[in-house]
Amino acid sequence: MDWLTTIAVILDSTIRLSIPLLCAALAGLWSERSGVVDIGLEGKMLVAAFASAVAAFVTGSAWAGLGAGILASVLLSLVHGFAAITWRGNQIVSGVAINMLAAGVTVVLGNAWYGQGGRTPPLEGAARFGDLTLPFARAMREHVPVLGLLYDEVISGHGAPVYLAILAVPITAFVLKRTRFGLRLRAVGENPAAVDTAGISVAGLRYGAVVICGVLCGLGGTYLAVSQSAGFLPQMTAGKGFIALAAVIFANWRPWPALGACQLFGLLDAIAIRLQGVLLPGIGQVPVQAIQALPYLLTVILLAGFIGKAVPPKASGLPYVKER
Amino acid sequence: MSATPIDLPRWADAGLVPLVSVTAALLVAGLVVLGIGESPLEATALLLKGALGSVEGLGFTLYYTTNFIFTGLAVAVAFHAGLFNIGGEGQATIAGIFLALACLWLAPLPGILLVPLAILAGAAGGALYGFIPGWLQATRGSHVVITTIMFNFLAATLSVYLLVNVMGKPGSMQAETPEFAGHAVLTPMHQLLAPLGIKLPATPLNTAFLLALAALVAIWALIYRSRLGYAIRTVGANPRAAAYAGISPARMTIVAMALSGALAGGLAVNEAMGVQHRLLIDFTAGYGFVGIAVGLMGRGHPIGVALSAFLFGVLYQGGAELSFDKPTITRDMVVVIGGVVILFAGALDGLFRKLVANTLQLGRAA
Repeated sequence: MDWLTTIAVILDSTIRLSIPLLCAALAGLWSERSGVVDIGLEGKMLVAAFASAVAAFVTGSAWAGLGAGILASVLLSLVHGFAAITWRGNQIVSGVAINMLAAGVTVVLGNAWYGQGGRTPPLEGAARFGDLTLPFARAMREHVPVLGLLYDEVISGHGAPVYLAILAVPITAFVLKRTRFGLRLRAVGENPAAVDTAGISVAGLRYGAVVICGVLCGLGGTYLAVSQSAGFLPQMTAGKGFIALAAVIFANWRPWPALGACQLFGLLDAIAIRLQGVLLPGIGQVPVQAIQALPYLLTVILLAGFIGKAVPPKASGLPYVKER
Repeated sequence: MSATPIDLPRWADAGLVPLVSVTAALLVAGLVVLGIGESPLEATALLLKGALGSVEGLGFTLYYTTNFIFTGLAVAVAFHAGLFNIGGEGQATIAGIFLALACLWLAPLPGILLVPLAILAGAAGGALYGFIPGWLQATRGSHVVITTIMFNFLAATLSVYLLVNVMGKPGSMQAETPEFAGHAVLTPMHQLLAPLGIKLPATPLNTAFLLALAALVAIWALIYRSRLGYAIRTVGANPRAAAYAGISPARMTIVAMALSGALAGGLAVNEAMGVQHRLLIDFTAGYGFVGIAVGLMGRGHPIGVALSAFLFGVLYQGGAELSFDKPTITRDMVVVIGGVVILFAGALDGLFRKLVANTLQLGRAA
């Protein structure tokens, strides 16, 4: 039974580690499907993590933290939208600006307010999202072999943002694929001129997508600071926003494969943590860096078309100019 | 980058628009300072005094300027080819590894051979790490932006592995190489000028600064006065027209990215050979990203890059001094300013051009 517990523990941390990636990947997917490239996912998550930690500390409520996190992230999204949609600026440049702005402003404000080198005070009790125990978790563990243990250990026992993030996958898939709004949004990322000809506002749809992107980044950032950790740490996103970009490419800009890609990258991360300093028979010490580098390396190889083919939305990254 | 061009006189385009956007960025920074309950005027005075108020301060300022000239030029050269190289950090990291290997392995050579060889090794490392994304875009169609982002992380993990497990100094708690030999490092400015009777306080400023100035001139000549520079600019302005004129956009993409990477390698020369005299983990410290602000603000022109590199040098050194006096204002303030400059001078360029154009028109109508 020992190996089963090990697997359960690894899968459990896979889910925990994949949630920020999943939020950011879905966020990037929404934005890019509408034709707005967003490399500022990292910055938005960071600002959300900071805002949520501050709000949760001040109010003592994790849900207030979530609200503040989403608000801060959406504000940055609107800045990106203003530059990229209204002023047709370079979307990459705007994303880089948002990442830098977020990296600087969170530390400056955190240090000025709490004087702990940018950290926010530790969150306790209701200021953090507690672990929810799903129904029958205990009973299943006792009475159902293997599956019961996995259910209790892996599926049950996460904070509310985890379930919200996973719920966002079917919702994203449904809205994009089966609703009028989703159809239009996908159209605006492929051929904005056609959407414009049909009398639908290109800018309106793109702003909508960018705001949804902000909400999801807000959820991801809040999860980092208020659920996974108990407070904000400088640069705590640690490149997750960029791995999420990789996951979007891996998933070919589709929601369910995005879930898969994020779980895969989360699993790699969990294994890397598990193998830290472990001597494997016959191999010796595993270079953890090699496992950490895999998501980046795989993305480069995939993009270069050596395995499969990544096809981005046709109009992504291009500002829309109405012809006169 | 804006799709509807706004016609501006050249002086306004090259001078006024960047000036207005930088002023606006500094105003935003002032608001942040105000928001944390400090006086922006007092902070500015302390900052300027710390950066320019003494010879020592100026030495530090020029040392930071050296880093920004290299990373700013790297971004500028890629920009002329219509490419956005955000891989300066990774290219400098790889350049650092090449340079450190040269310094350590070739140590028996005399300094007059060793120093140029190590600099060339660094440039080659950076160029190689810029070449690969350029080659991937030119031949395999993967976008340099995403590739260089991924390459930054790959370089970071590679350097952790190498510095901890392979090249690391035995017994050191820090991830760093052994110290380079005394003849493998660049001369500090205060030692260089001492025989001439000029007494300077000891600062990290070293001969890499002269190399940076030379790079400015060389890149100006290359971009604006050479056949290759013309080809690079043509590809950047209109790849189809370039192809029609017999210039290969694929080849220029690769050349510009390699050149850009080599320039980013200058950061490693200044930091590892000039100041720390060994390779430290994370020595790039965000200089590569600030280089994007420098390149954008300088409009890709070497004079503009020099001026904006100096501005960020002042902000870095002044910011360090400021955080001594006012612990609430940390040096991360400079990162905020960098971010806002990139936003204003880069992404919201259209907005500021329009503002300037409208103001000029008002002046003419009155």
